[in-house]
Amino acid sequence: MYTTELKDKNQAPQSAAVVEDPARLEAFEARVAADDFIEPKDWMPEAYRKTLVRQISQHAHSEIVGMLPEGNWITRAPNLRRKAILLAKVQDEGGHGLYLYAAAETLGTSREEMIDALHSGRAKYSTIFNYPTLTWADIGAIGWLVDGAAIMNQVPLQRTSYGPYARAMVRICKEESFHQRQGYEIMTALAAGTDAQKRMAQDALNRWWWPSIMMFGPPDENSPNTAQSIRWRIKRETNDELRQKFIDVTVPQAEAIGLTVPDPDLTWNEARGSYDYGAIDWDEFYAVVRGEGPVAKERMQARVKAWEEGAWVREAAAAHAAKHQAREAAE
Amino acid sequence: MTKLVGVKENLLFDYACRLGDDSLILGQRLSEWCGHAPMLEVDLSLANVGLDLIGQATHFLALAGEAEGKGRDADALAFRRDVLDFRNCLLVEQPNGDFAQTIARQFLFSNWQELLFRELGTSTNLAIAAIAQKAVKEVAYHARLANEWMVRLGDGTAESHARLASGLDWMWRFSDELFEVDAAIEPLIASGVACDIRKLRPEWDGIVARVLRDATLDLPKPRRATVGGRSGHHSEHLGHLLTEMQFLQRAYPDAKW
Repeated sequence: MYTTELKDKNQAPQSAAVVEDPARLEAFEARVAADDFIEPKDWMPEAYRKTLVRQISQHAHSEIVGMLPEGNWITRAPNLRRKAILLAKVQDEGGHGLYLYAAAETLGTSREEMIDALHSGRAKYSTIFNYPTLTWADIGAIGWLVDGAAIMNQVPLQRTSYGPYARAMVRICKEESFHQRQGYEIMTALAAGTDAQKRMAQDALNRWWWPSIMMFGPPDENSPNTAQSIRWRIKRETNDELRQKFIDVTVPQAEAIGLTVPDPDLTWNEARGSYDYGAIDWDEFYAVVRGEGPVAKERMQARVKAWEEGAWVREAAAAHAAKHQAREAAE
Repeated sequence: MTKLVGVKENLLFDYACRLGDDSLILGQRLSEWCGHAPMLEVDLSLANVGLDLIGQATHFLALAGEAEGKGRDADALAFRRDVLDFRNCLLVEQPNGDFAQTIARQFLFSNWQELLFRELGTSTNLAIAAIAQKAVKEVAYHARLANEWMVRLGDGTAESHARLASGLDWMWRFSDELFEVDAAIEPLIASGVACDIRKLRPEWDGIVARVLRDATLDLPKPRRATVGGRSGHHSEHLGHLLTEMQFLQRAYPDAKW
């Protein structure tokens, strides 16, 4: 669904412990600067590999954890059409997780290792999923805002320098734009509905607006790896640039359906041709990054439970495959 | 329903509800797994099956609404009926339990539904025939998926074998109901709208026996069937499922979504 570099404020910056061969490094930098794709068997600096594994696996984890807040409403969707669309959408997120784990595996880290890092709290996932889905309108808000933010982030990643990641993003982006539209369509129906539905819609926008614009990550001056990531074409635009783009696109969409963006400082700046917006509560963001989001515990509990309770199934599948292979070999 | 013999539309309503409710309730059950399955690949497969079933339900319930002629659409039927008016078999409303119990339910059901839809593909009711012709392809995949997992779990580890045996034991008592024919269906069989499901039993028994053999599981012992779903007398589980599924439509009866 979404990725940006998530690190605790206190976490050490990227280690420069590995000394790379200057000639290879130079050749690599030149290829990336020329917008060549780097493929799994190509030489790459260790820091590039590490950054990518972290970013792609965070992205994959975000997809998987992101299934939970929306999954919370599949069994309660209000009609058959909405139920089918939501189930298909959440299934898409699972599919995205799968391609992304596969893309990260090409860098030499197994899916099991990445999942273990998630469950033990070493790996991060998007902060947005640590907020609860209280009403049906939250499903609209997530599609509209969270997937909308994801698109802003991911469209440039289709040209990211690592080939498997870029190709995964091409497919993911197509699906995300359908997700964004279905979310906005839900909000549109609610905003034109009964008083109770309008209240749900506005309340959802109030709760999801700020977390959505925080999804782009810390402001550029506090985003130490941005310059390096942009040079390596792992990132193509800065957090603040993407955030501004998202706000500029989304505010008129809210107005079009009669909802109010919960930012009293929001004003159109004619000179910049963009909206000025109010101060973001970064303490809130860092608290959620630290794992103190309102439902962070529930999310991790659900993931760990599914994984642990599924262990016997995975063992059975492996045992059966081994038996089957042994029988074939004996024949 | 016996008194309505001759009033074909109402029999068709009842029959289309049976077909639609089976798919709807099982689709609802499978959607409970979404995000919580034992592995990502399984999560995607169960969601696929659930989506197919919800799609089938939408078609069959729309047909039921038309046959009834009282202005109820598929959503009105899915979200505004209570337990006594649901016509699904008891098997599909059984709780997911663990993954083995879910697979045992899918195994018994999808192999049955595949045979049923194969036959309904030539129904004299063209709407039923069209839905069945499309759905039989989907259901053939559901049956294959379930059969493969039956073998994997049955012939996997001692734990998976024991869990599957217990899941099958839970579900087995509901299998006879799948082949039940009552007075509401007889006239539809006579007119070629419904298929005579009793005739498909030997074929289904053969599939079940073959898969259980490959899964190294014993065929459960014969026992008294638990029935009632087709006349609205369900297990206790259905009411809870409906409470959740119908919550928004019940809480906001005037709203459009």
